[in-house]
Amino acid sequence: MKSFTYERVDSAAAATAAFARMPGARFIAGGTNLLDLMKLEIETPQHLIDVSRLALDKIEATAEGGLRIGAMVRNTDLASDARVRRDYGLLTRALVAGASGQLRNKATTAGNLLQRTRCPYFYDTNQPCNKRKPGSGCAAIGGFNRLHAVVGASDACIATHPSDMAVAMRALDAAIETVDAAGKARAIPIAEFYRAPGKTPHLETVLAPGELITAVTLPKPVGGTHIYHKVRDRASYAFALIAVGVIVQRDGTGRVALGGVGYKPWRVEAAEAALPRGAKGVADGLLAGAKTTHENAYKLPLVERTLAGVLAQAKG
Amino acid sequence: MQTSEEFELSRRGVLAGGAASVATVTLVPIGTAAAAAPAAKSPPTAKVAFEVNGKKRELELDTRTSLLDALREHLHLTGTKKGCDHGQCGACTVIVDGRRINSCLTLAVMHEGDKITTIEGLGTPDKMHAMQDAFVTHDGYQCGYCTPGQICSAVAVLDEIKAGIPSHVTADLGAAPAVTKVELRERMSGNICRCGAYSNIIDAITDVAGVKA
Ligand SMILES: Cc1cc2nc3c(=O)[nH]c(=O)nc-3n(C[C@H](O)[C@H](O)[C@H](O)COP(=O)(O)OP(=O)(O)OC[C@H]3O[C@@H](n4cnc5c(N)ncnc54)[C@H](O)[C@@H]3O)c2cc1C
Ligand code: SF4
Ligand code: FES
Ligand code: FES
Repeated sequence: MKSFTYERVDSAAAATAAFARMPGARFIAGGTNLLDLMKLEIETPQHLIDVSRLALDKIEATAEGGLRIGAMVRNTDLASDARVRRDYGLLTRALVAGASGQLRNKATTAGNLLQRTRCPYFYDTNQPCNKRKPGSGCAAIGGFNRLHAVVGASDACIATHPSDMAVAMRALDAAIETVDAAGKARAIPIAEFYRAPGKTPHLETVLAPGELITAVTLPKPVGGTHIYHKVRDRASYAFALIAVGVIVQRDGTGRVALGGVGYKPWRVEAAEAALPRGAKGVADGLLAGAKTTHENAYKLPLVERTLAGVLAQAKG
Repeated sequence: MQTSEEFELSRRGVLAGGAASVATVTLVPIGTAAAAAPAAKSPPTAKVAFEVNGKKRELELDTRTSLLDALREHLHLTGTKKGCDHGQCGACTVIVDGRRINSCLTLAVMHEGDKITTIEGLGTPDKMHAMQDAFVTHDGYQCGYCTPGQICSAVAVLDEIKAGIPSHVTADLGAAPAVTKVELRERMSGNICRCGAYSNIIDAITDVAGVKA
């Protein structure tokens, strides 16, 4: 690990001001992704700004009837909140399908959204990787890419976003609240939060350097049956091959978001109109234009069949 | 792993070796000494005070020190093990402010004021914690390397179920989770046992929880 200086801040304003002073700095929250990557010198910040004790650790009701989830709320606490369990069951289900009990006790809402890909070549510093080292190439294209993206990828990068939580947030129409160094606040719909890899896969979100996530808001509950089905190589403590998150209403209408297929949680609202007629049409719409390799082509039928299973389960 | 003293020694060794080799060549490339200089600057440190197993501890650490290395290398509490150092095995599990975490994926300096419990703090050989006792009774290990992490995790898991924290296998999110083998297996999945002592581990935990096998 490269050495770094460390400071703990006690307000969002102090956090962004610290970044303005030290532009090579990074925020650290739970540390479960950042430290992992720093040990491998994939991330090499010169300064760490510890935001883990900011008072952004509450889940509050919003005036619109939804919830505002503080950026520092731990994954365990978010999954356990009585309102989340009752009204946003998909979110609890997605959270508890991710990582381990130990990791969820540390992982934060903001850190989870910003966790980086699990592409093995991103982790292996001996390999070319445009995300880790822009312009070096992509070892996954033509390499082992069973875990990689089937939609939204580019010639520069075919990595997936590994978060389970983000899939639920996407289906629930979450928005990400931030504040920048000038003190300017904004809310970014999760649909617009992640950047397509294009030619610049190292740029992953629309956040500006030093922009701090303060909260994630959920609109008022939409009811329905919430199911998160994660398909993985072992029954627990493994990243998704694919994941299907649904909210299905009594009349068969609803929402679907996928994990493990692209650089962001994947949702195509227009495809959802086909939901009352079953999985096929929806899967076709979601995966339109998919580009597969011989190693990850299995993801297309797996999505459709998992969705079919989940819809049958929702009918009860 | 190197202690900070060993690190100092080896660095001096490297620098001395470098000077000696320079002396034997006639053409010294200009800038070599200057380029080596920044490496000699000592890495940033920070102070931290926390409580480990009921004892106040104060350390000044290289900021890079994980909580795991602080416990093992600086406080010599070697019960907590390093398996993967990347959050993938659970051998380093300790309990911080009542919650189990992977001590390898957290910086020691981030734990100012925290109360940390390691396997040494749960019980002692003559006064074992019920969970330690049950692991012995049920042979919940073979080599024992994962065991301190398994035991710390298991103690916290029973508290998590009591606190109503749901898991991936909890059928009804509206109801309190039950202490069942299925729940325990899922909740213990963050602790890998290379020897495969899993079934005895679950027997030990169910014994402590008072669940019928
Ligand atoms: C073995 C293992 C298995 C895992 N399995 C899964 C899994 O199955 N599913 C899953 O979804 N996840 C999984 N994870 C990933 C885990 O969920 C993430 O590591 C975690 O959510 C990151 O949160 P954190 O608070 O620890 O982030 P940190 O590591 O602290 O930060 C991550 C990034 O976010 C930035 N950041 C943090 N807070 C803010 C803020 N407020 N504003 C702006 N930037 C910020 C940091 O600078 C850093 O770049 C796994 C991790 C491990 C180690
Ligand atoms: S898929 Fe993306 S992250 Fe993986 S090697 Fe290629 S560029 Fe790197
Ligand atoms: S050593 Fe920490 S999880 Fe493996
Ligand atoms: S007893 Fe050997 S690793 Fe678990």
